[in-house]
Amino acid sequence: MYEGIVQELIDELGRLPGIGPKSAQRIAFHILQTESVDVTRLAEVLTEVREKVHFCVICGNVTEQEQCSICRDPRRSHATICVVEEAKDVSAVERTREFKGLYHVLGGAISPIDGVGPDDLRIRQLLQRLADGTVTEVIIATDPNLEGEATATYLTRLLVQPGLRVTRLASGLPVGGDLEYADEVTLGRAFEGRRVVEP
Amino acid sequence: MLRTHKLGEADRIITLLSRSHGKIRAVAKGVRRTASKFGSRLEPFMVVDAQFYEGRTLDIVTQAESLGSYGSDITGDYSAYTAASVMVETADKITDDDGSLQQYLLLVGALRSLARKEHPVSLTLDSYLLRALSIAGWAPSFGDCAVTGEPGPHTVFVAQLGGVVADRVAPPGSPRLDSRTIALLASLLSGDWADAEAADDRQQSQASGIVAAYTQFHLERSLRSLQHVDRTTA
Ligand SMILES: [Zn+2]
Repeated sequence: MYEGIVQELIDELGRLPGIGPKSAQRIAFHILQTESVDVTRLAEVLTEVREKVHFCVICGNVTEQEQCSICRDPRRSHATICVVEEAKDVSAVERTREFKGLYHVLGGAISPIDGVGPDDLRIRQLLQRLADGTVTEVIIATDPNLEGEATATYLTRLLVQPGLRVTRLASGLPVGGDLEYADEVTLGRAFEGRRVVEP
Repeated sequence: MLRTHKLGEADRIITLLSRSHGKIRAVAKGVRRTASKFGSRLEPFMVVDAQFYEGRTLDIVTQAESLGSYGSDITGDYSAYTAASVMVETADKITDDDGSLQQYLLLVGALRSLARKEHPVSLTLDSYLLRALSIAGWAPSFGDCAVTGEPGPHTVFVAQLGGVVADRVAPPGSPRLDSRTIALLASLLSGDWADAEAADDRQQSQASGIVAAYTQFHLERSLRSLQHVDRTTA
């Protein structure tokens, strides 16, 4: 335990995902020893990011505007939507340069044990986007792990409607892994080899 | 395998229920990275033969061979996935480090049954819950009165009193159950599937309500997955 504000900083850092007490302590002392101008800049960016960045009203991706750059891009196809769990998965898929459609970020995966059900995700918003018939294919690109697969199963059952093709990324992605860690080549291949799924 | 939590960049903390050493928490290194050979085996609902070495705070998994690969069959059926989630959460809540071979065998059997679609999902879950609670020392009574021991049949079920109770000890206003529902609950507890599957939808859903109330009472309303159970398919 350290005195007052130093301990507070360690506690706050320790709340961040993937940061244990040891790392929190290391980062805290790094900040204490860093040039004050750099620390000020970090503090500003943190405040700025909270003020400026929010979620795209259409797809749920992160953006500084009302709609994200992908939703605003007229060259992107409006006939295909790729469904991912998190905004960071959008960048993973973008890196493959395989996909020219739009995205839909669910905000997680269905995980009853963590208290997350279908109503806690942006599934209703996805159905609204499909209502006018513009979209002809939904590619489900949830993580290739247990929760991701179960979410895909749920969506496949839910998205049965005439004129809509529902596809799932080809296997070959490592099971148990996170989509964001798949390399571009593997993920690109998984896109090319996607298959139609039926409930 | 009961559940997993992300740890750091690429690891997971896994919780598993072992045959003879109770519940074990350990670190699975690198499983979220693409080249991990463990990844698919160390997911919930899988049955593995695992080896560990002692780490500084938590043990670390060194090997895992699959003994029962139920994950993909279960996630391929959304109702089964929600039911299996309740099972592993219940097992996590009612077991500790002491180990219970009975709880282990019950859970493995129930997950296998779900994966193989042996019985309707909802009945499989209700039967699992009644039996898991019984092994934990909270066996409900569906025959004799749970308070006085008077022989049944009784039709008032009170979770707080431990089962069905005679009319004269039932709290005023207690809801009365169909006698077929009581029979269904008894069949689910004893594993009489032919009898359980013969029950109609109304009796099954009434029984599910009783099992849910009884489970939440004993687990102090701490089961998060129970409210997400999908009972839409048979
Ligand atoms: Zn957008």
